[in-house]
Amino acid sequence: MIPATFEYHPASSVDEAIALLSQYGDDAKLLAGGHSLIPTMKLRLAQPAHLIDIGRIPGLSYIREEGNVVAVGALTTYATIERSEVLRRHFALLPECASVIGDPQVRNRGTIGGSISHADPSADMPGAVRALKAEIRVRGPNGERTVAADDFFLGTFTTALEPGEMVTEIRFPLPPARTGSAYTKLANKASHYAVAGCAAVVTLGADGACTAASVVITGAGTMPTRASAVEAALVGKQLNEATVAEAASHAAEGLELMEDIHGSKQYRAQMAAVMARRAILKAAERARG
Amino acid sequence: MGIAALVGTPIKRREDPRLITGQATYVDDIKLPGMLYMAVLRSPYGHARIRSINTEAAKQAPGVVAVYTAQDLKGVVGNIPVAAPLPPHITNGMGRRGPLAEGKVRFYGDPVAVVIAESRYGARDALDLIEVDYEPLPAVVDPEKAAQPDAPLLYEEFGTNVAASVRPPTDEIDRVFAETQANGGIVVKQRMVNQRLAPSPMETRGVVAEFRKADRTLTIWSSSQIPHLLRNYLAEQLGLPQHQVRVIVPEVGGGFGCKLNIYPEEALAAFAAMKTGHPVKWIEDRSENLAVTIHGRDQINYVEVAATREGKITGLKVHVVSDLGAYLQFFTDVIAIAFTLPMICGCYDIPVAYGSCDIVFTNKAPTDAYRGAGRPEAAYIAERAVDLVAHALGKDPAEVRMINFVKPEQFPHKMATGTVYDSGNYQLALEKAMQLIGYQQLRAEQAQKRAQGKLMGIGISSYVEICGIGPKGLTPFGLYESARVRVDQSGDVLIYTGASPHGQGEETTFAQIAADEFGIPIERVLVLHGDTDSTPEGRGTYGSRTTAVGGTAVYNAVQKLKEKMKQIAAHMLEASPADVTLEDGKFSVAGAPQKAVTFAEVAAAANFSNTLPPGIEPGLETTVFFEPEACTFPFGTHICVVEIDKDTGEVHLRRYVAVDDCGRQLNPLLVAGQIHGGIVQGVGQALFEGVVYDENGQLLTSTFMDYAMPLASELPPFELDHTVTPTPYNPLGVKGVGEAGTIAATPAVAGAVADALGLPHVDIPFTPERIWRIIQQQQAQPQA
Ligand SMILES: Cc1cc2nc3c(=O)[nH]c(=O)nc-3n(C[C@H](O)[C@H](O)[C@H](O)COP(=O)(O)OP(=O)(O)OC[C@H]3O[C@@H](n4cnc5c(N)ncnc54)[C@H](O)[C@@H]3O)c2cc1C
Repeated sequence: MIPATFEYHPASSVDEAIALLSQYGDDAKLLAGGHSLIPTMKLRLAQPAHLIDIGRIPGLSYIREEGNVVAVGALTTYATIERSEVLRRHFALLPECASVIGDPQVRNRGTIGGSISHADPSADMPGAVRALKAEIRVRGPNGERTVAADDFFLGTFTTALEPGEMVTEIRFPLPPARTGSAYTKLANKASHYAVAGCAAVVTLGADGACTAASVVITGAGTMPTRASAVEAALVGKQLNEATVAEAASHAAEGLELMEDIHGSKQYRAQMAAVMARRAILKAAERARG
Repeated sequence: MGIAALVGTPIKRREDPRLITGQATYVDDIKLPGMLYMAVLRSPYGHARIRSINTEAAKQAPGVVAVYTAQDLKGVVGNIPVAAPLPPHITNGMGRRGPLAEGKVRFYGDPVAVVIAESRYGARDALDLIEVDYEPLPAVVDPEKAAQPDAPLLYEEFGTNVAASVRPPTDEIDRVFAETQANGGIVVKQRMVNQRLAPSPMETRGVVAEFRKADRTLTIWSSSQIPHLLRNYLAEQLGLPQHQVRVIVPEVGGGFGCKLNIYPEEALAAFAAMKTGHPVKWIEDRSENLAVTIHGRDQINYVEVAATREGKITGLKVHVVSDLGAYLQFFTDVIAIAFTLPMICGCYDIPVAYGSCDIVFTNKAPTDAYRGAGRPEAAYIAERAVDLVAHALGKDPAEVRMINFVKPEQFPHKMATGTVYDSGNYQLALEKAMQLIGYQQLRAEQAQKRAQGKLMGIGISSYVEICGIGPKGLTPFGLYESARVRVDQSGDVLIYTGASPHGQGEETTFAQIAADEFGIPIERVLVLHGDTDSTPEGRGTYGSRTTAVGGTAVYNAVQKLKEKMKQIAAHMLEASPADVTLEDGKFSVAGAPQKAVTFAEVAAAANFSNTLPPGIEPGLETTVFFEPEACTFPFGTHICVVEIDKDTGEVHLRRYVAVDDCGRQLNPLLVAGQIHGGIVQGVGQALFEGVVYDENGQLLTSTFMDYAMPLASELPPFELDHTVTPTPYNPLGVKGVGEAGTIAATPAVAGAVADALGLPHVDIPFTPERIWRIIQQQQAQPQA
C-alpha cells in the first residue's frame, strides 16, 4: 500500500492547473479530496508521475443561488453539501446522498467534482447529479464549456472530460413546484458503496398525478444509468405503493449489470427495483410537502 | 484483607491515557540510526512452480542494499516453528516451510524474495524489478475437494493433501442413534460451514531487528503476543544461543490470536540485520495483513444429533473438515483436534459423543488461532445442534437447553468427550438472560409479526469454553506463567509478568491484585511486560489465560513476599511472626493494633538490610511460576433479536443481551470491555465477514473494500449482566473472559436468523444476497 514515486504540484488557480495538465499530459492527475485517487495509487492501480493538487485553489468551494440555478463549486465537500440549507430546501436528494457516503472523514475530504470526474459506477453522487439534470461546467486549454449530466457519464470510470479539462462547477436547475427528490442505497457491507442505489426526482400536478420523473440507478450497472422505463411508467400516474412498485420493477431495464462477491447480476437487478421503489415513494411524499 | 478493596471494582484502565493521547510506542515508532527497510515480494498465484528468479535489476535500483531469496537462507535460517507437529505426515515435514518459498509457491501472498533498502518507498519500488518466472499450477481451495484422490497436490511427495485424519470407531454412537430411533426419537443431520475469517487487528504486524556484531546479540521488536516463545524459537531458527536474542514487544494494537505466531518476516528481518549490519524494519501493510497473516476458522462440520421426543439429546456425532491453508503456522494443525472436538458437547450432558476430523492443506493462507481458536466452532456446533433438535421437535430452544444442561450439582463434570468441566450454573445464566430480554414477550411479539408477514427471530447461545491453559502436556513447552515481584526500599511494587498483555488491561488488574494483597494504593504498583531481558520466562497472552494463569502467578508471588515481610515486621515489633497481620498497609500484632510498622518501613528495612534478623536475606523480590492443575470453563447465555428486511435480505440486529460467567470478576469494567469487543467479532462472523478466494486461489478480499468488518453503527447497545461461579483451580477464582463474547455471539445471531426464517439452519455469513435468495425460494414455494 505504498504508492509509486510522483512529483507534487500545488496549483493556485484553475488556469495554472490546466497549464500543468497540458504540460504533463497523460502522466498527470488532478488531486482534489484524494479519497478515490490516493487509495488507487496506494494499490498501484494508478501511478501518475505528476499530481496536480487543485485542493488549494481558492474560490472553488461554494453553494450559490444564481437565479433559477444553484451553482456548486467543484471542490465543495460532501460535508458542506450535507449541511447546506439551500440544497436541503430545493433538492433534498443532494444532502441525503452526501450523508450516506463513507464516514465523516470521507465526507470532510471528498468533493463533488472529484466524485463525478472519477465516475465510479458504485459511487453515489454521480446518480444524484444525473437525476437532478445538472449541467457540468468544464474548463480546458480551449476555454470553458458546459456538459449536461446525461452526456457526462460515458461508462465505468469514463466521462466526457477531454484530456486537459477539469470540472469547475455543477449547476442544478431549480425544480418546479411540487417536486420532491430522494436517494436510497443498499450499501455494500464492506466498502459501503452502493450495491444498488437510486436517485429519484418526481414532480406532481395539481391533481397529484406525476407530471415528470427523473430516476437514475447507481451501483447495479457499469455506470449511473437513467431508468427511462421507470420514468415513463410513472408519468401520468397517481403515485401510490402499487403504481410505484410497478414502475420500479422496470428499474434494471437498460442496465449493463455488474457482478461481484457482494451481489450477483440478478440480485443487483432486483435491488435496483427495490431502491427505486423506496426512493420514488419518498420523493413523492416530499413532493406532496 | 486491605482497605477499600480494588479487586472487583470497575476502575479505569491504567494503560489508556498513553493510548488515547498518542503517547504509546508501537513497532513502527521505533526508529534506529542507519535503519534499513524491508519489503516482501509475494506470489500473485495460488499455486505455481518457480522456474527462476532474477534479482539483478532490483539489486541495481537506487537505495537498494540487498535482495534475498530462499537460496540465500539455505542452511542459515531454519523453518517456521510449529508448536505441536502431529504424526505421521507433519512430523515428517509436511506443511513445513522456510521463511521464503523454495521451488513452489502455495498460496496468494506466499513470500518469494525480500528487498532491503534505505527507504520504505525504495524497497517497495524495487519489488517491481524482481523477475520471477512462474509456471502456474492447478490450485485447490476447497478442503473437501483437496481431500479427494485426484486433487492437485501441494506436497507431491506425500501423495495427499490430508495431513491427518482422526477416525475413532463408530460402534457406540451408531448404537445410540439406532436405539434412539427405535424408541421413537429423532436423528437430525446438518452440514455447517464455519467460514474463513481475517483477524484484522487495527495495528498490522511489524518487526525491527538490530544485530550487534561485536557480541553477536540480536534485538527484535515485534508486534507479538508471545515474546518469550518468539525469542526461543527465533534463536533456534537462527542458530543463536537464547541469551543472545532479546525480544521486545512494545505496544500492540490488537492481536486476536494472529500474533500468537512466529512468521517468516521475523526471521527475514533478523537475517537481513545480521547480513547487512544495519537495523532492519518491516511493517506489514493492510493488504498483506489480509493476505498472509493467519486466518481463522474455516471448518466444515457434519453434525448429527439424536434426541428423544421430549428433547433429551442422546448422542452427538461430529465430523470436522479443517482447512489448514498452505502451510503450518504455530498451532495450525491442532486447532480442530485440540480445541474443537473436546468441546463439541457445549453445556449439554450428552451421554455419547463422537468426533472425527480431517485436517487438509489447500492453496490458501495458513489458518491458526483467531479469538476463540476452535472453540467458536465447537460452540457453534453445539448450539446449532440444540436448535436443530428444537426445530425438529417444534419445541422452544430455551426449553431444550434447560432439559439438556449439565446441572450445577454435577460439577466437576466429565463430558462424553472426556473433557472435565470445573464448575458452572448454566441454567441460571439462561434464566437471567431470558428475564433481561423479556423472552416471553418477545415470543408473543414474534407471533404477531409473523402474522403480519414480518421476519423477526430470537436466537439463544448458551456457550461454554475452555480457558486458563494450561496444565501439563498440552504442548511440548508447557503453558505455565510467571511473575517476578519486587518491593523496593520506598515500598513501591514492581511486577514483571511473563504474560504479554496487548489491550486486555492486565497492567490494571494485576496491579489491583497486588495492591489489595499488600494493602497499598494502586499508584504504588507498576506492571511491566514484554521484554525478555527483564521479565521471567513466560508463555504470553492468548486463550483467555492471562488472568487465570499469570494473575495467579502474581498473587502467589505477593503471598511469598508478604510472608517474608511478616517475619521482618515481627522482628521489628519484637513479636512472633505468627501473631503479625498485614492490614491497610500496616503490619501489627494481633490484639495490639497500636504496635505497628508500615508497609514502607518494612520494605525499607528489608532493602537496607542492617536491621534484618539473622537468617533473613536482604531484599524483597521473588519469582514465581504457576502451572494450573486443570483448565477453567467460563460460560453464559447470550440472546439476541433480529429483524430481516424481506426486500433486500438485510439482517438488522435489534437487541443483544449477554449474561456471562467468567468466575470472579477482578474488574467489571474490563470484563464488559472484553465482552463488548468479543460480541462485535462474533456478530462480524455471523453477519459480515468472510475471506473469499476464487478457484485459482486468487484472494478476492484483499482490502477493506471487499472484506466486511463490523461497524459500530450496525450494532445495538449491548445489555450486559453476569453470574459468578468461581473456579476451584486457582486462588483468585477467575476463569477468563477474552474470547467469551466471540464464542457466544455467532451462534446467537445464527439461531436468530434461522428462527426468523423458520428454517433449521442457514449458513453464515448472512450476506444480504444469501438471505434474499432464501426468502425468494420460500415465496416461490410456500410451505404447507
Ligand atoms: C473509506 C472511503 C469510503 C468511501 N465511501 C464512499 C461511498 O460510500 N460512496 C461514494 O460515492 N464514494 C465513497 N468514497 C469515495 C469518495 O466519495 C471520493 O472522495 C470521491 O469519489 C472522489 O472525490 P475526491 O475529491 O476525493 O477526488 P480525488 O480522489 O482527489 O480524485 C478522483 C479522480 O477525479 C479526478 N478529479 C478530481 N477533481 C477533479 C476535477 N475538478 N475535475 C476533473 N477531474 C477531477 C482526479 O484526477 C481523480 O482521477 C469513499 C472513499 C473512501 C476513502
